[in-house]
Formats: sequence, structure tokens, C-alpha cells
Amino acid sequence: MLFFVLLGFITAVLVPLIKKISDNFLSWIIPIIPASIFFYFASFYYQIADGEVIKVSYSWIPSLGINFDFYIDGLSLVFAMIISLVGTVVYLYAGSYLKGDTRLSKFYIYISIFMSSMIGVVTSDNLMTLFIFWELTSISSYLLIGFNHEKESSRYSALQALLVTGLGGLALLAGFILLYITTGTWDISEINKMPAEVIGSSYFFLIVIFILLGTFTKSAQFPFHFWLPNAMEAPTPVSAYLHSATMVKAGIYLMARLNPAFGNSILWNDLLLVFGTATMLFAAVLSFKQTDLKKLLAYSTLSVLGTLTMLIGIGSDLAIKAFIIYLIAHSLYKGTLFLVAGIIDHETGTRNIEKLSGLRKLMPITMIIAVAASLSKMGIIPLVGFVGKETVYASVLELPIFGNYLIVITILANMFVVYITAMVGFRPFFGKLKSTPKNPHEAPFRMWSGPMFLALSGLVLGIFSSLFLNKLINSSELGIISERLNIPVKLWHGFNLELLLSTITVLLGLFLYFKREYFLKFVASFSSVKFVQPSYYYQFIFDGTLSLAKYITSKIQNGYLRFYILVILLTTFSLIAYTLHTFYSFNEINIGGSVSVYEVILAFILIISTLLAVSAKSRLAAIVGLGGVGYVIALFFLIYSAPDLAMTQFSIETLTVILFVLVIYKLPKYLSFSSTTRRIRDIIVASFAGLTMFFLVLVISGTSLTSELKEYFIAESYPSGKGLNVVNVILVDFRALDTLGEITVLAVAAIGVYSLLKLRKKDN
Amino acid sequence: MNLLFAVMIGVLYGAGFYLILRRSFVKVLIGLILLAHGANLLILTVGRLTKGNPVFVNSGTDATAFADPLPQALILTAIVIGFGIQAFALVLFKRAYKTAKTDDLDEMRNTDLSS
Repeated sequence: MLFFVLLGFITAVLVPLIKKISDNFLSWIIPIIPASIFFYFASFYYQIADGEVIKVSYSWIPSLGINFDFYIDGLSLVFAMIISLVGTVVYLYAGSYLKGDTRLSKFYIYISIFMSSMIGVVTSDNLMTLFIFWELTSISSYLLIGFNHEKESSRYSALQALLVTGLGGLALLAGFILLYITTGTWDISEINKMPAEVIGSSYFFLIVIFILLGTFTKSAQFPFHFWLPNAMEAPTPVSAYLHSATMVKAGIYLMARLNPAFGNSILWNDLLLVFGTATMLFAAVLSFKQTDLKKLLAYSTLSVLGTLTMLIGIGSDLAIKAFIIYLIAHSLYKGTLFLVAGIIDHETGTRNIEKLSGLRKLMPITMIIAVAASLSKMGIIPLVGFVGKETVYASVLELPIFGNYLIVITILANMFVVYITAMVGFRPFFGKLKSTPKNPHEAPFRMWSGPMFLALSGLVLGIFSSLFLNKLINSSELGIISERLNIPVKLWHGFNLELLLSTITVLLGLFLYFKREYFLKFVASFSSVKFVQPSYYYQFIFDGTLSLAKYITSKIQNGYLRFYILVILLTTFSLIAYTLHTFYSFNEINIGGSVSVYEVILAFILIISTLLAVSAKSRLAAIVGLGGVGYVIALFFLIYSAPDLAMTQFSIETLTVILFVLVIYKLPKYLSFSSTTRRIRDIIVASFAGLTMFFLVLVISGTSLTSELKEYFIAESYPSGKGLNVVNVILVDFRALDTLGEITVLAVAAIGVYSLLKLRKKDN
Repeated sequence: MNLLFAVMIGVLYGAGFYLILRRSFVKVLIGLILLAHGANLLILTVGRLTKGNPVFVNSGTDATAFADPLPQALILTAIVIGFGIQAFALVLFKRAYKTAKTDDLDEMRNTDLSS
């Protein structure tokens, strides 16, 4: 199992090696990968159809409960089979579509990573693993949308898709974590067994909002739909695969997967219903003014995604059945139509439908495929799309109160879908031939065989729907709702209301198609208002964030060293002062033993010297003060049992003073730059810091200290280090490596000093 | 004596911080040196002050009366490293002054020379 889930990642690593043989060889051999994944999952068909569930688990981080748990039921199987089947077609197709393109191997790497991630999403039973695969799909989608990265619009769209879905991913993570806190498990199958705990939880509202933010952004639901049409910048095989058949359905999948836990809550159902319906209608209306083949298809995909969300929201047995059929049907025909659009683009050099007409004689096979897929999409008998649409209508009609309104909206939306289909599937092929940028002829075998296969599957599944779909659907429902259902799927239900509505939809759609000139004027007047476009808000937030970041950076990272120091000082010492104030009492301060008069005098000299160093008007006076401080400290070392330190300090201090005098004496006047206000401000800050240090030392001296190291060093100094001066033994023996490091630092500094002194500008 | 050290440390830190907030590079450098002195005294004080009892293990006193050798070893390292930094910073400053013709850090905010 793990092997087949991760096969895409393995492939991604192997592609550069196979590419070395030849690009052509690569593009012929590589479709075997998705095909083998397809057959692997297809081999589970009978087991799953019999109602079994397959669970496999591989430990990953067992201590955190995060494992590669795979769970295959009807729902997962349907998705996995769609992903690998459409994958096979796309792999084959791309070999021809990108023939001669030097980036072909890059394409296979990205798309293989994507395919594995997607398979991972639909088979994972662990929320965390699912989340990781989920994010991987976002990243590979980013790479694929930006495939033509030399185009600015490509980069822009890729980033937009990544930001929108990435932000949703973050929300999703938050939702998953809350779900984990509520249920105590990452296992989806376990969570689905405790709907009462989930719905009763105090976090329930947040969980639903966060998870839906994740799924709505991923599946491009209104108001996050805008990234999907822009994602059409990607090469067509990518659009067909990611942005129609698979990735955009990840959100839908997750909602269906979690439905057993959430499905009984009104909040969940209503949100899905409202946003699903809004997306379905809104996207359909927006599609109307599009003239680009792929954009048209993108909007119709949006509409379908809305419908699928709506169906989960309705949540009745019939709705779930409609969901599965519609999902399968859509993946088959929409993938096909995208690939057809790709063929047309490839052969004619344009995707603008205004310029396409009369291709039927030049591209007969493509036309047959397009028409077959279109008919399925329009919901015309005997294709699988017909079964799908019938069931959708039936489940909407079943709704008690809203049913009547909702069916009108659904029919309206579907009317537009029929319109889009007519525009994409028929218009380019009929009528008079127009001249196009390239001279079109029939697509090569590899390009039409895949779509042909998908279109045929739609026909087979439609005619023999009772044979193939029934069993799978009954077990798929197991994944979505808790009890098993037995509603048979049939092609022909007799003359009933749904059939009538289907017919009305098709007629309305065709009416729209033939009268489009008239309606276009009407639509153009209202959809150009930018305030109704969510992408306007995206751009607003995007620009706003950037300029805010720029503003903050210019304020915080302003390039003035002293400003940074000021901030660091204030932060550090405020924290220290707060801690001292809160946790320590000044009653315990230990002032320590008595001091002799000469110590007080020395301290006095130190303070005077320090003040001299600070306030000196000449550089030399400052150096004198500095020297005074150093020598006094050396004397203190001597008094307080540290003769080694005293000796070091004396010699170093002498060297410092000499160095300073040598270097600085030659420089011009000692200047002061700061204004008086600045100076006063700095004095206040520095005094505050100094005062805090003063109290800190007192408080520390008041606490008790036991040092085991002291005893150890004193005891071991002679026996182990053969030295009587313990400080020396520590430096050269116990901590010899530190001393070595110290010497190295000094050596580096010496080299630095030497080279800076010797550095000369070359005279021309 | 803790009080005495606390006063000295406070003064050294205060003076050091004031100086590193200045615009003149030399003052910043002097500030750094003062801070280093303050830090050394702080380490010594934190390890507890012991008068007139350096750690020579043959001097016959019992272990508890000795000064703690570990802070001393740390300070020794700090003094030497501190010197290395001072020397390098000083020469760097001289170099920068020669090139940029200014001692003012605010004038050195970008990498381009103001000609």
C-alpha cells in the first residue's frame, strides 16, 4: 500500500534518470506508473463492493499518534481510481502535448509529486498525514500553474492559488488540531464514530469554520472561487487533471469524508448548502461572458463543485448517491473536455471561441469525443451525466421546505452549464471554417486516445450504470453516511418529474446559446462592477499586506544601529525588572561582609574614571578614563582571590591603551553628534538599565549557591591535572578545548587586524 | 562588599549602554569595553566573592574557603576574547573612517560611498 501511495514520489526522483535515455522514451514509458496505480486500486473493487473496508497502518511518529494509516472504503476507492485513471490519460496526453518541449521531464516530476500527494489525501486515515499530503498538493499545484514561469500572469496566478489554498490550509490545520483536542485521536475513522462528542464540543463552531475555510478554498467555493479561473494559466493537461478532475475535489472529498461526524449538525449542513448553492449559481452566471475555452470550462467546473458541496449539505441518502454519480460523471466528461480544449488550442493556436468554427471535417475524431462528453455533461441520455443530473434533481426535490426554490436555482445554474457545453463542445466544430493562427489537422493518437477512452467510459457507465455503479455506490455511501442504503441506480426511471426538468434545462440552455448576443449585453452591464468581485478584495488585502510590511520594515529596520540597541535594551531590562519585582523580595538582600577603606577609594576611582570616559571632550581623556577603569578592576581581581585575572587584566589593559592611542590619536577632532533631547533620553534608558543591574546583583548575591563543580575542580586539580593553581588547570586541562577555541578566535582577529591595516587601494 | 560590587557593576553597565547608544563609532567602542568590564565583574560576583583566598590547592585551607575557580576561568577567557574584539573593531573603525571619511554611524547606513 505504502509503495503505491508513494510511487509518484519515487517516480519524481527517477524521472531525471530516465530522461537521460531520451525524452520520447520517457513520455512513452511513464504512463505505466499511473496505470499500475489504477490497477492496484481497481483490484480492491470486489472487496470494497462487498462492503469491506481496508485498513493498513505504518508507524511514523507513534509517540504523537501520527502514522501512515491508510483506509480504503468506497469513497476513497472512487477518488483513488479517478485520480489514477485520469492521471494515466493525462500522462499519455502530455507526452504529445509537450512534445519537443525541454521542460517535459520537469512536468512529469511535478505531476508525479502531485498524483502521489492526491492519492495520499484520499487514502489517509490520519488527519496529520492527510494534512501533509493536502499541503503537498497545494505546492505541486503552485509549481504546475506557474509552469510557464517566464510569463508574469502565470506567476501571479500561481502565487494567488498558493496563497488562497495555503491560507485555507492553515485554517484547516487549526480545525484538525481542535478536532484532535476534542476527540483525542487523529484517526478519521475513529472520529467518524463519535459525532455526538464532536457536535457537543465547545469548539464545535470553530472546528466547522476552520475546516470549511480549508475545504472551501481548496475546492474554490464562493467567495474563494477566483483563483480557479486564473489557474487556467497552467498547461492544459494540468488544468484537466488538477483543476477539474482531482485537486479541486480534495475539499469536496474531505467534506464527504467527515460528513458522518458533522452531518447531523444544522450549522454544517446549512453552510454547505448556502455556499454550495451560491457557488453553483454565481459561477454559472459569471461564465457567461467568457470567450476563452478553458475559462468557460473553469467556470462550469466551479458550478459543479458548488453543486457537489450543496449535495453534501442536503445530506439525504439520495443526495449522497447523486453526489457520487455526479462526481464520477463530472471527472470523466470535464477531464475530457479540457483535453479537447487542449487539442484545439494545440492544433489551431487559439482558445478564443469567437475564432473557432467548422473544425468538424479537419478533426473528426476530436469532434466525436467532444460531442460525447458534451452530451454527458448536458445530461442527455444514455450517458452517465444523465444519470447524475437526474439524481441531483431528485435529491433537491426531496428537500421539504427549500426544495422548490432550490430546484429553480439548480435548473438556472445547469442552464448555464448546458450553454457552456454547447460553446465548448459544439461551436468550434460546426458552422463555417474560420482561419486560425495555425493550420489545424487531426490530433496525434496519444492526444485523442485518452479523452476518447474517458468519453467511452462515460457512455459505458451510463448504459450499464446498474451493473458497475450500484455496488460501488452502496459502499461509497458507507463512507459518507453511517447506514447502508439500497437505492438502485438505473439509467431509465420512466417518465417522471426529473426527466421533465432535465429536458427543460437542456432546452433553456440551448435557447441561451442561440440568443447569447442579446443576453451578453445585459450581463456585461452588471458584472463589471468591481465591488462584487472577491478578487478585488484579494488584491486589496494582498497589496495592503505588502505595503503594511514595507511600512513596518521601514520603521523597525530603519538602519540606525542605536535604535535597534535601544529597543533591545528596553525590552530586556523591562523583562528583568518585571521578574525581579514580581518574584523576589528585597528583604533577602545580602549586602555582604565589611569592606576596607581602600576598597571604597578604589570603587570611587572606578566610578570617576567611568564618568570621565563617558563625558570626556577629547579622545585622549576618554582613553585615560578607560585605562583607569581597567586597572582598578585588575586591583579588585587581586583583592578578591583572582591573581591570574589580575595579571591578565594588567597586561591586556596596557595593550588596549597603547592600541587606542596609536590608532585614534591620529584621527581628527572628537565629535559629538547627538542633540540634547536624544542625550537625555539615552541617559534615562541607560540609568534604568544600570539600576536594574544593580538590583539584579544584589538579588543574586542573596540567593544560596552550591557549586559541585567547584568541589570537583579543587579535588581533582592535583590528582588529574598535576597542577596546584586550579584556574590554570581548568584552562589548560579540564577545558583545554575551550582554550584552543579561544586561541583560534584570537588568531582570526589578529589576521583580521593585520589585513585591515595592510589593505591598500590599488593605484590605477 | 556585595553592595560595593553592585554599585560598580550598575555604573559600568549604565555608562556602557549610554555610550553604545551614541552616534560616534569611538564612543560605541569605549562603551563595549566598559560593558565587558561590567560583565566580568558580574560573573565574579555571581560566583560569590571571596577575599584573599586564591585557589592554590597546596595552601592547606579546606575546599569551601577557596574562591570558586570556574568563574575565574570564564572571566580569563572573556578578557582575552574581549581584547581580540576590541583590537579588530578598532582597526575596522580606522579603516571605515579612512574610506567613509566620517565617524558618524548614521552616515554609514548604506554600502555605497558618499562621494
